[in-house]
Amino acid sequence: MVRLSLAALTVALTSTTAFAQTEISWWHGMGGHLGDVINQIATDFNASQDEYAITPVFKGSYEETLTSAIAAFRAGEQPNVVQVFDAGAATVIGANGATIPVQDLLENNGVEFNIEDYIPGVRYFFADTEGKMIGMPFNSSSPVLYYNMDALSAAGIDAPPATYEDFEAMAPALKEAGYIPLVQTHIPWEFVENFHSRHNLPFASNDNGYKGADGTEILINSPEMAMHFTKVKEWLDAGLFGFFGTGWDDNQAHFNEGDAAMYIGSSGDFGGLTAAELPFEWASTYLPYWESITEEGYQTFIGGASLFAMAGHSEEENAATAAFFQYLTSPEVQYMWHRETGYVPITTAAYELAKAEGHYERSPAAETAIQQLSLQSGENTRGYRMGFYVQIRDVENREFARFLNGETTIEDALSTIETEGNELLARFAQTQQ
Amino acid sequence: MKRAGFDSNWLPILLLLPQLSIIAVFFYWPALQALRSSFFLEDPFGFSASFVGLENYVRLLRSPEYLNNAGFTVVFSTSVTFFSLAIALLLAVKADKVIRGAKTYRTLLMWVYAVAPPVAGFITLIMFNQRWGPLTSFFELFGWDFRVRQNYADTAIAMIVASVWKQIPVNFIFFLSGLQSIPRNVVEAAMIDNRSAVSRFWTITFPLLAPTGFFLLITNITYSLFDTFGTIDTILRNNPGDNPVTLVYRVYLDGFRGQDIGGSSAQSVVLMVLVLLLTVFQFRMVERRIHYN
Repeated sequence: MVRLSLAALTVALTSTTAFAQTEISWWHGMGGHLGDVINQIATDFNASQDEYAITPVFKGSYEETLTSAIAAFRAGEQPNVVQVFDAGAATVIGANGATIPVQDLLENNGVEFNIEDYIPGVRYFFADTEGKMIGMPFNSSSPVLYYNMDALSAAGIDAPPATYEDFEAMAPALKEAGYIPLVQTHIPWEFVENFHSRHNLPFASNDNGYKGADGTEILINSPEMAMHFTKVKEWLDAGLFGFFGTGWDDNQAHFNEGDAAMYIGSSGDFGGLTAAELPFEWASTYLPYWESITEEGYQTFIGGASLFAMAGHSEEENAATAAFFQYLTSPEVQYMWHRETGYVPITTAAYELAKAEGHYERSPAAETAIQQLSLQSGENTRGYRMGFYVQIRDVENREFARFLNGETTIEDALSTIETEGNELLARFAQTQQ
Repeated sequence: MKRAGFDSNWLPILLLLPQLSIIAVFFYWPALQALRSSFFLEDPFGFSASFVGLENYVRLLRSPEYLNNAGFTVVFSTSVTFFSLAIALLLAVKADKVIRGAKTYRTLLMWVYAVAPPVAGFITLIMFNQRWGPLTSFFELFGWDFRVRQNYADTAIAMIVASVWKQIPVNFIFFLSGLQSIPRNVVEAAMIDNRSAVSRFWTITFPLLAPTGFFLLITNITYSLFDTFGTIDTILRNNPGDNPVTLVYRVYLDGFRGQDIGGSSAQSVVLMVLVLLLTVFQFRMVERRIHYN
């Protein structure tokens, strides 16, 4: 608190000096420890030069942040930079004129931009059809498998599963040892969206929605999805899988408390797990895939969120935003962000720096997501672009939870998601006319 | 009966103006906006809006999910209203008889009124926690595997319990003051005529409490429909999943989270009409049967 008011005082004093600073705002949805790191980045940026000053503002959850930014835009009071999460990407990217593509912003302000500098899995999720980067990937994460080493050795297992077939073979031993073998934390993200990327399966028509909203349909009603969820239900009934609703923490708690041997979570959980000082040894590995679908697993794509530069600001302010983005993508800042939070560094240079600093020798689990994002790619590994996807996720959560709770069949669940999903997609396409 | 009056028409209007302007700004104007946008389909940023007539409404009535939510809302409101009123009345009747330590009893029963809805939701989550909630452990003794936020019915029970608990104090205060305004001589006369306390309650006390009860019935229905939002939001934490949601929460999910402005406006209008009908019906039907003395 004292430091904060000192900083405020310094800003107040310096703003009355001869040169006028350009001030920009940054709305984000990162609370707790993540929020502290963001404030630190802003403070460091402001201290690194004296032309620009950025003020981060915490706006609540991802959804609340996006809603506030949209409301502010409609009132002409939008921030310069806003953090938008994966499921909200289509809404923002579809709104031509709401944001300045980050690639244009940087190039217009004399900052060199080369998309090849970014690690493969990060490049195209927030890009348009032509592959132009619209949003600056910021807190990029990917679903990975965390495992309790003590639990695995208690069950006499020496390596975590690489495939779901491996998991099926070892799960009974884990159950014998008194553990719930596996839980997940976010069905749509881990078992649906990245499932399609991991197996290189199309998730939506129109090149997974990247060709535009018109006529995009969700391709969830597939034999692969039916097979996967049928298996998950079998494991659940046999006590080889735990399901505690669609809430993230309700499921992860079982891993943290040592009842669940493994959980599929976010690479961004790394910081929290480290800080929790769990009473057992843990590590992470790639998200499993089905060998029966693909012999080798493909890369996953990034989740988390990216930063968008909102339109409607002066050139000076846009220059300030560009300078901030340049600062944010520098290897040192990316490495600090990666080290403090567990989110992946978005550029190859930052990754190299983390390697050189010996970060992965100290915590091997921090490297899992980057390696997974750099696995082989295919035409369906860049992610998806669907409008009203927040509601579609709710429908997925509802139907799969009903299926796992034994209230519906997998055929009905998938066809309901398909019907409701396509209706939402058609409505979204109508709003984009 | 002499009517007190003003000399001119301007003064009363002037005196009413502050209140009227607040209603206009915070109710009429947004309501008209909602009505307008319910006939349009627009993109979240407001770049374009296309007129779609009644499509948003047709879509709602065709959506099985919306009808499910409507069904749950009826069950939820009825349960919350009934239990909040019944339990509060029972407590008020009992507290009315207490002579010694009456203040302490009343304070204990009233303090919950100060709890904010999100806090009530949070307390519920703690009490019903899947792994270590005291109430969950208690249910386990009877072999009931209570799973809030996973099982539809269990989540519904938790929501109803939290909402009822939160509303009892208000009803209690009103019922208690209602009971204390019943003339002593009526009560004493009834005691001579009728030995049974239960039938005395139903024949004397209950009818005399009717005006209070009627007022509370309306406020409780409104509460259960609208003011439970904070409690429900805290319990679901933005994650509806396979859990029940009320119509008001659905408006929030589709509008604020999902950016579907047309669809959620149509839902708001449906709710407004519902409340309007409810109020008209209540006053028309129930007013006739209740005599205010």
